[in-house]
Amino acid sequence: MLVVLIGVWEGAVDLFRIPVYLLPAPSAIWSDSVAIAGTVAGHTAATLHTVLVGFVVSFAISLPLAVLLTSSPYVSNALYPLIVLTQSIPKIALAPILIVILGANELPRIVITFLVAFFPLVIAIATGMLTVPPELIELGRSYKASRLQELYRIRLPYAVPFIFGGLKVAIALAVVGAVVAEFVNADKGLGYLIITATAFFQVPVAFGALILLSVMGIVLFQAVVIIERVFFPWSAVNQEAVIV
Amino acid sequence: MIEIDKLSKVFQSQDGEDVVAVRNFSVAIAKNEFVSLVGPSGCGKSTMLRLVAGLIPPTVGTILIEGVPVREPRQDTGIVFQSPTLLPWATVADNVLFPLKMMHQMAVDSLDKANALLGLVGLAGFEKKYPRELSGGMQQRAAICRALIHDPGILLMDEPFGALDALTREEMSLELLRIWTEQPKTILFVTHSIPEAVLLSDRVIVMSARPGEIVEIVEVPLPRPRSFAVEARSEFQDCAQHIRKLIFGARDEHDGAPS
Repeated sequence: MLVVLIGVWEGAVDLFRIPVYLLPAPSAIWSDSVAIAGTVAGHTAATLHTVLVGFVVSFAISLPLAVLLTSSPYVSNALYPLIVLTQSIPKIALAPILIVILGANELPRIVITFLVAFFPLVIAIATGMLTVPPELIELGRSYKASRLQELYRIRLPYAVPFIFGGLKVAIALAVVGAVVAEFVNADKGLGYLIITATAFFQVPVAFGALILLSVMGIVLFQAVVIIERVFFPWSAVNQEAVIV
Repeated sequence: MIEIDKLSKVFQSQDGEDVVAVRNFSVAIAKNEFVSLVGPSGCGKSTMLRLVAGLIPPTVGTILIEGVPVREPRQDTGIVFQSPTLLPWATVADNVLFPLKMMHQMAVDSLDKANALLGLVGLAGFEKKYPRELSGGMQQRAAICRALIHDPGILLMDEPFGALDALTREEMSLELLRIWTEQPKTILFVTHSIPEAVLLSDRVIVMSARPGEIVEIVEVPLPRPRSFAVEARSEFQDCAQHIRKLIFGARDEHDGAPS
């Protein structure tokens, strides 16, 4: 299917003589990108680094935050408006300000990636922990489980399928966040490559960067899926049951 | 063993009204006695069980177990709920060991004990399976093993066979009797099924709905050990009929329907 699509694309560009700055042929994208393969690889590695660090930070902050949010209604009432506030700020508008505050380095890009990715993760984990069936909580209580035991032995394991649901959304959003941050300020990364390439009308290179970003998104998403299947098989099974 | 004295439980409904779930409930249950609670839906049977389990506090009255008031869940109590409530992420053996882990009582021979219990209910070889790989009846057997793992003196069962099909249900009742004979315990058994209550129990507490009060405590005059053969005896039929009248007779009078 993909091969046919690429073939039609290549043929159409040839047939209708579409200028390369409007829609480059797949062969042009390939040859132009491969010509600067070293540079492209460097940019890819930079973006991948930002995405992964931002993603890991999102998870590391979301998990305890969700535990805190679900611990009591008071905490939840105090924190929820703040979390929603971070989501109502347009990230692309925040980026230049963050760069002034944090400096022109990778840190503001990681912060933007985190701000884009963490929200659905917190919501997913908190939802999972709050939807534990009351029977399971009662089971824990009838065998004198402490609150910590209830958290580790019942609430968190129960939330695992929800956590992975959130992680899948978060990894996709982390790629978006990293590229948005690179558009605003970066000296490397695929987002930066797209900006500079289009500025010099190197449209095939920009397309090459775009394709690399899509592939990165798909590979990272699949990585999350595989981690779930390998380490939490019962969670993957439950989700299939929900979908089917 | 269990002394319940003038116990009442009042819940607050969402619109702030008081709902009396159980009223003026008194009974004394002897050690290793098998007692069933029977009554129409909403008569407070499950509430009664949760009160004895120490999961909820009474509004008025006291529950004494071996002379000590029940204020929180006790180590000496095992509970079987209507649904198996097994942890889907844990193997059958780990599920059975759950109470020991929670109460920090894991010992070197705990796993052997779990396996032995699983063997007792016909689940040998399923120790490493996950709950989703088991049928409903097998899951409930595993849940019964979990309630027995810490060797409790009291077993509280809240419609444990209610979610099972009729055949599995009959099979499980006999199995429960067999376990109870091998490992005598005080059992408080909540059920909707009158024949099940008569087949299993020494005494049947018949309750009325709203408020949940004791209508009568019926002695079951059947010898032990029991099997399905006792269901054919006239004592069984009379006893079941008597309980049926206590529950439905009262209802007919209220509704004015012909009986």
